[in-house]
Amino acid sequence: MADFWKRFSRNRGAVIGLAILAIVILVALLAPLIFPQSPWRMVQRPFLPPFAMDQYPLGTDALGRDVISGLAYGAQVSLLVGLVSTVAALLIGIPIGALAGYFGGWVDDALMRFTEFFQTVPSFALAIVLVAIFQPSIESIIAAIAIVSWPPVARLVRGEVLSLRSREYVEAAILSGQTSLTIILRQVLPNTISPIIVLASLMVATAILLESSLSFLGLGDPNLMSWGYMIGAARTVIRQAWWLSFFPGVAILLTVLALNLIGEGLNDALNPRLARRGK
Amino acid sequence: MTEPVLKIRNLKIALPEGADRDFAVNDVSYDLHAGEILCIVGESGSGKSMSANAAMGLLPDLVRPVGGEILFEGMDLLKLSETEMMDLRGKKIAMIFQEPMSALNPLMRVEDQIAEVFEAHGLLTPKERAARAIELLTEVGIPDPEKAARAYPFQLSGGQRQRVMIAMALALEPRMLIADEPTTALDVTTQAQILELIRNLQEKHGMAVMFITHDFGVVAEIADRVAVMQYGKIVEAGTADEVLDNPQHEYTQKLIAAIPKLAAEAGEETAGKTPILEVEGLNKTYVTGGGLLFSKPRIVHAVNDVNLTLSEGETLGIVGESGSGKSSVGRCLVRLMQPDSGTVKLAGHDMAQLSGEALREARKSIQMIFQDPYASLNPRSKVGRIIAEGPMAHGVSKQEAYARAVKLLELVDLDALAIDRYPHEFSGGQRQRIGIARALALEPRVIIADEAVSALDVSIQAQVLDLLAELKERLNLALIFITHDLRVAAQICDRIAVMQKGRVVEMGPAHAIFNNPQSDYTRTLIEAIPGREKELAAAG
Repeated sequence: MADFWKRFSRNRGAVIGLAILAIVILVALLAPLIFPQSPWRMVQRPFLPPFAMDQYPLGTDALGRDVISGLAYGAQVSLLVGLVSTVAALLIGIPIGALAGYFGGWVDDALMRFTEFFQTVPSFALAIVLVAIFQPSIESIIAAIAIVSWPPVARLVRGEVLSLRSREYVEAAILSGQTSLTIILRQVLPNTISPIIVLASLMVATAILLESSLSFLGLGDPNLMSWGYMIGAARTVIRQAWWLSFFPGVAILLTVLALNLIGEGLNDALNPRLARRGK
Repeated sequence: MTEPVLKIRNLKIALPEGADRDFAVNDVSYDLHAGEILCIVGESGSGKSMSANAAMGLLPDLVRPVGGEILFEGMDLLKLSETEMMDLRGKKIAMIFQEPMSALNPLMRVEDQIAEVFEAHGLLTPKERAARAIELLTEVGIPDPEKAARAYPFQLSGGQRQRVMIAMALALEPRMLIADEPTTALDVTTQAQILELIRNLQEKHGMAVMFITHDFGVVAEIADRVAVMQYGKIVEAGTADEVLDNPQHEYTQKLIAAIPKLAAEAGEETAGKTPILEVEGLNKTYVTGGGLLFSKPRIVHAVNDVNLTLSEGETLGIVGESGSGKSSVGRCLVRLMQPDSGTVKLAGHDMAQLSGEALREARKSIQMIFQDPYASLNPRSKVGRIIAEGPMAHGVSKQEAYARAVKLLELVDLDALAIDRYPHEFSGGQRQRIGIARALALEPRVIIADEAVSALDVSIQAQVLDLLAELKERLNLALIFITHDLRVAAQICDRIAVMQKGRVVEMGPAHAIFNNPQSDYTRTLIEAIPGREKELAAAG
């Protein structure tokens, strides 16, 4: 573990990313304490520019709602959607990939054709359709994102399992009479965990972007303030009130960037052999 | 005496922090003269390749020389710039490597790769280069050099690839050739040919050859002088005869004593004992290629009508070169591979027909020890778990399985505390002991050891072989020992089956096979064993 930290912290970008993410998480957790009022509440005159009043440092939107409070509550939504949908995508992708890779043959063929079916449909279009059918709500958004983002997980896991299943320790496990399920869970999957963690950190970033895009199109959960919704609502007044789309945009950018940096750092730390060589 | 080609003085090469010792090479000095072959011998991790790599400027990033000098024709190679080194490499000093497949560019024809050597030094016209390439290929004895020149590396055999590497190394008539384990990946008959080739070329061109190896048999075949390395130091150096016949240092003595002797004793007759495993008419063919379109499928008879019997308490060796099908036989026996036809009777049950629960049950009595001690243990499981898993899968309680694991660890001479440690904390030999403990956990009656000691250093190999022999005796196990190494087979086996191209060409008691081989192939194999002549001379 100490070794892991040493390698992770050698990548300076990853440490910066971790710091940014920590701040975003902190803001999301503390939002109800810092801003006890609902972010939907009108608090001042509309279009109050940023830094005009100390109480509302980032100004107000077209209906006089506090922008900074919206950002804080939006962080909750973004992180929640990113995390939960990634976990859900892993729960779909890992078993499919593991079964396909381990058993091969027709099982592999069937599962991979099924996976390709999802890969051939443009993922964002599919997500829009799913959310539109199930009515926009936080649950349907999470489900839609999970459904469109599991195929890369299945492919990655399948590839790893394919190479692991011919290892001698897997053969030894077969000889010692362990069932296929035990072998997959105990011998094979624990050894695929590093690439999965790296992929998952990048998937959280993609999921946040997807959620923002959906909200931007008005397919967000109508009861939750989110960054995508804020940008979407501000796009008609972008020339009068630049700050309404600028600050949520920066929030998305920083969060996604942080996650990507962390993903790269994890990659360096977990796959030391692939790490770029330090001269 | 003439001035040596290469003079290494007090060379010190530092390892990065956190390595198991501070210096890969510590205060090493030796000379290499024109027209001689110097063998640097040592076990893995002894630093035997390091001084050669330093001379070529090929040290890994974090490993750097910190003292001493490497004088080549009076120049200190450690002080040369990268451009000066580039001029020297290939032209004055050439190198051949262990694995010719990875040392050649898979996407380039052989002649282009040889021509590239001239191109890199700006010599000759393209036409002359092509002609030189053919000449070189002829010189290294590749059959049909014109055709080989147009071939890609994957179309050549391992021995031919190594010949191409040697041709490339010879291209610019270097004064010094560094050969880093050039025959380790080759079969014994090919190895004998390549060693002879290197010897001949060295005499013809008067080169100085630095030959790095772990194998004393190879040393006996080829060396003029020998330097033995241990932990980064040269512990003994001298002429080949001095070192091999009359080793002075304790470590050299130990290493030479650990080499399995090439003589099998006439063992007790096993004919009267009850057979535990009977294999009849075993067949396995691989079909590759042959898609929907026009390509013809390639059919390989990996196992072709093999019959074997194994008695209780007996050790049967299956020997053969790579591709002989010896491992396929082992894998068919435990059904890691499905045989096409044939019966495998294990204590009366036909293993080849069982499936599901019955197969799981039957496999308890036939277990396997694998070749690679690094790949055969799950890196994310603790040792106790690795050993206890088998019995637990067969319904033994966790507590009992772990108690048994402790006993097994003691049986294979490991500390009981090993149970809570991960495999990476152990050395190769210790890992192989863990592998043996795992195989014993289900109390099998037959153990198949597939190249179980091939990846180990010779001193460790001797220990593991002793352990196997002792366990076999104590637990009344029958052992099938699959190996490419005839020396190992001679030491441990009661009977030996020699395989070639999927068939058993000869089978009989070990001493009969070695003293009076019947088939031509067996004779070729035995004659190709490195160091054999020397041993015969010493014995007779």
